[in-house]
Amino acid sequence: MRKTCLNMVYELAKRDPRVVFVGSDLGVNTLDQFRDEMPDRFFMEGVAEQNVIGMAAGLAMEGYIPYVNTIATFITRRCYEQVAVDLCMHNLPVKLIGNGGGLVYAPLGPTHLATEDVSIMRALPNMTVTAVSDAEEMTRLMAASLTHEGPMYIRLGKGGDPVVSREENGFSIGRAVQMKPAGRYLMISSGVMTGRALDAAKLLEDQGIDCGVLHVHTIKPLDAETILSLARKVDGIVTVEEGTLVGGLGSAVADLLIDEMPGRAPALVRLGIPDRFPEKYGSQDELLAHFGLQPAGIAAAVEGFVGKIAA
Amino acid sequence: MPNAQAVAEAQAAFNRTELDERSLYLRRLIVDGLDGGGRGHLGSAFSAIDVMRVLYDDILHVDPNNPDMPDRDRCILSKGHGCLAHYAILADKGFFDTAELRKFCHFDGILGGHPDAGKVPGVEASTGALGHGPSIAVGMALGARLQGRDNRVFVVTGDGEINEGSVWEAAMSAGKHGLDNLVVIVDYNKHQSYASTAIVQDLEPLADKWRAFGFAVQEVDGHDVDAVRAVLQGVPFEKGKPNAVISHTVKGRGISFAENNMEWHHKSRVPAEQLEEIYRELGGR
Repeated sequence: MRKTCLNMVYELAKRDPRVVFVGSDLGVNTLDQFRDEMPDRFFMEGVAEQNVIGMAAGLAMEGYIPYVNTIATFITRRCYEQVAVDLCMHNLPVKLIGNGGGLVYAPLGPTHLATEDVSIMRALPNMTVTAVSDAEEMTRLMAASLTHEGPMYIRLGKGGDPVVSREENGFSIGRAVQMKPAGRYLMISSGVMTGRALDAAKLLEDQGIDCGVLHVHTIKPLDAETILSLARKVDGIVTVEEGTLVGGLGSAVADLLIDEMPGRAPALVRLGIPDRFPEKYGSQDELLAHFGLQPAGIAAAVEGFVGKIAA
Repeated sequence: MPNAQAVAEAQAAFNRTELDERSLYLRRLIVDGLDGGGRGHLGSAFSAIDVMRVLYDDILHVDPNNPDMPDRDRCILSKGHGCLAHYAILADKGFFDTAELRKFCHFDGILGGHPDAGKVPGVEASTGALGHGPSIAVGMALGARLQGRDNRVFVVTGDGEINEGSVWEAAMSAGKHGLDNLVVIVDYNKHQSYASTAIVQDLEPLADKWRAFGFAVQEVDGHDVDAVRAVLQGVPFEKGKPNAVISHTVKGRGISFAENNMEWHHKSRVPAEQLEEIYRELGGR
């Protein structure tokens, strides 16, 4: 996903002279081809995220479209005020590409885990927040990002995530994608959790539970129309996200249902990371399992939820 | 107190120049804002106003009737709390009506307690959270270079402001890129909110710091408009190096009881009789 994303930055830069790349201190050979072919528009500015964001803002004010890339925690936490003031307040077309969203950097521990990136980016006016499911969807997002107005956060997965998105479903920023039709129940997921939600839906099918999957690659602006139209048809909604339960996708859906369907909203349960710093290392998959976010864990949680609704 | 003596000596080295009628007039505009808004960072605005005046009178290629002119020089007041100085000179130049000054901080005014680029003609970037201007200016200077434009980017910072690490991140970046179209002006009034800079976070040796980051540096009495003009007309000081100007100023300069008085860093609800005294010291309403 990361390779695809950065390669798309290169392709966009070839097409559009307004595109510039700003990195902090990325891995050796990152975008070498970009640097060699368009050296004037390639910046590697060092471990200085505040400056990287402010500089990107200045470039955007001069008519450029900067794609900024570093590790997700550092591009969100470290320079939050620059993102809020320089990018969001000025509503500038700067794209923030965060490596290793969620639990990708499991072995490196909580300093490198971007578990609240979606929540804190979502809290900022004008910010678009995205988490696509796989590399192919990343290609579609990047193509659409060029003309998208305002700042955008692009959360990257680990890479090599199974491709579950489909071209025929189309892609539009802010438009959720129905991956499996809603039955009595619906899972709403984002990022690489959509693949796991689909696998969980299969497990649930075997248990006789008909649960659809709605993929929300754009967490902000949330596709309220689609979510509400499905919410009116189902008995229960389960949100699934690779991030803290404080303020992420689940919170966004809960806000929407409470505001728009007072007294009529379907039952809701939110699956994600509890409000604590992950206490284990290992791999992303191991941490996801630890938090019940692998297909078996998701299916079990949905089963429990269905049982409660029925009771 | 580390280096306090060195700072005092540096200050004493600059003659105390008389403020001319234009400098007094612009200060009166600032006080109009303070009066109308019922509050304001008076000391911070008074230390920076003479530099702002020289920039807009003599240095910047800008057009009040066409504030977005592509080849204009960019000027960012990074110490956004000193915005009354920026508002005063922008109003005087005709970017907007001077009557706006009396609506400073009003509910439906365009002039907030920190400047908003989306609202105020002539303001290039919204500032107020300290330490943001230099990085934005670096981006603008790089943008100008990429587009082959010969405009310059000026950014005025406070002295307390450069406690922020982001300023030095930007300085590293400016030095790396050799941005001689970038001018950082430090309004060095030697006072921040709590106390003197020497007490809170000593900045000395300040000129050496900028030099170490790759800047060509000049120091000037920031209230001597002829001297400031001469220095700024010399930009770039050295080809291939970003420029830093250490502008030695006096916080609250122009009002005897506000000068170097921490009580006047920010002031609200100034009594009518004190306001009259201020106007008197500035040559009348």
